[in-house]
Amino acid sequence: MARRGAPAEVNAGSMADIAFLLLIFFLVTTTIETDAGLDRMLPPIEPPTEKPPIIKEKNIFTVNINRNGQLLVEEEITDIRKLREKAIAFLDNGGAPSGSLDYCSYCKGKRLGDSSDSPAKAIISLKNDRETKYSTYITVQNELVGAYNDLRNREAQRLYGRDFTSMEADYLDPETDSNVKDDLKEKVKRIQELFPQKLSEAETDTTN
Amino acid sequence: MSKFTKKKDSGLPAVNTASLPDIVFMLLFFFMTVTVMKDNTLKVRNDLPNASETKKLEKKDRVIYIYVGAPESQYQSKFGKEARIQLNDKFSSPSDVGGYILEERAKKSQDLQNVLTVALKVDKEANMGLISDIKHELRKVNALKVNYTTYDGDAFNNLQ
Repeated sequence: MARRGAPAEVNAGSMADIAFLLLIFFLVTTTIETDAGLDRMLPPIEPPTEKPPIIKEKNIFTVNINRNGQLLVEEEITDIRKLREKAIAFLDNGGAPSGSLDYCSYCKGKRLGDSSDSPAKAIISLKNDRETKYSTYITVQNELVGAYNDLRNREAQRLYGRDFTSMEADYLDPETDSNVKDDLKEKVKRIQELFPQKLSEAETDTTN
Repeated sequence: MSKFTKKKDSGLPAVNTASLPDIVFMLLFFFMTVTVMKDNTLKVRNDLPNASETKKLEKKDRVIYIYVGAPESQYQSKFGKEARIQLNDKFSSPSDVGGYILEERAKKSQDLQNVLTVALKVDKEANMGLISDIKHELRKVNALKVNYTTYDGDAFNNLQ
C-alpha cells in the first residue's frame, strides 16, 4: 500500500521471441501433403447361393501376372508396355453388329467378332500370384486405369472439348463451386457410362 | 532561424519493430491451423511405388490408413524381414485388419461412416499375397473403397 497509481507496464519485448519459438515449432512439425493414389472399388462378397452371371468369353480380357512379374494377356506373353494399347483395343472394339442392342456408335476399334461387343460389356479380369511384387501389380493397375482414362478423355474431348481426368479432378476438388460441380457431375457421369470401369480381380492363385 | 536548424538529423531513425509480433503471430496461426501432427510413427519401410493415373486423396478425415512393408532394421530381430502390416502403432496380422477397420469406422461421425476410404500404403517390395489377404478382410467388413497410395511418377519405374 505504499504506492498507488498506474500499474507498471508489462514488458512485451520478449513476445516476439516467444511467438518465434512457437512459429518455428509448428514450421518444423507441419507436413502439408495430400496423398494421391489409384482409387479402386473392391467387389462385395457375394452370397454363396447367388449364381455368377454368365459372361461370354470374348467379352473378358484376361490379365495374368506371375511371380516373376511376367504378363499373360489373353493367353499371350506380353510386354507390360504394350498392355495399355491392348486394353484400349479390347475396350474400344465394339464388335456388336450395327442395329443390335449393344451396338457401340462411338467406338473407334476394329470391330472384330472375337473381341468385346461393347465397352459396357467388356470386362477386364486381373489375376495375380501370391508372390507377385506389389510394384508390378501397381504398374499393371496403372496401365489398365490409364487405358480407361485414355478412352474417356477421347470421348470427353469429343463431347465437351476437355479431358475427362481434369473434369473429374475438378469435380472431386472440395474447392470447386457447387454449381460448377453440378454441371460437371452430369458430364462425368455420362462419360463414365460410355466406358464403365469393369475390372474384376479374382482371388489370388496359390498353385501356379 | 533556430526553428529550421533544430531538426538536425543524427543518422537513420531505428526501424519500428512494434508490428513484428503481429506478423509473427499471423504466421504462427497460419501454421497452427494447417499443421497435421503425424499421428503414428512408421515402423515399416514405406517406399511407395509410382503411378501416373492417380487421384488425390482429399479430406483426410475420411481416410483410414494401413501400412505394409518390411519392418525397419531395429524391429527386424523381433519381427523378421518379411513384409508386415502396421495398424496404428503396432505390427498386426491380416486377421486384425477387419477389427481395426470397424474400430476406426466407429470413431468417425455417423455421416462419414459410409464414405470412408482405406488408403493402403504399401512398400514396393511387398508381395501380393499379403495384399490379397488384406483385401479379403476389407471385403468382409464391407470397406470396399480402397486407394493404393502411390507417388506421382512413371509407373514403369517400378519395374527396375
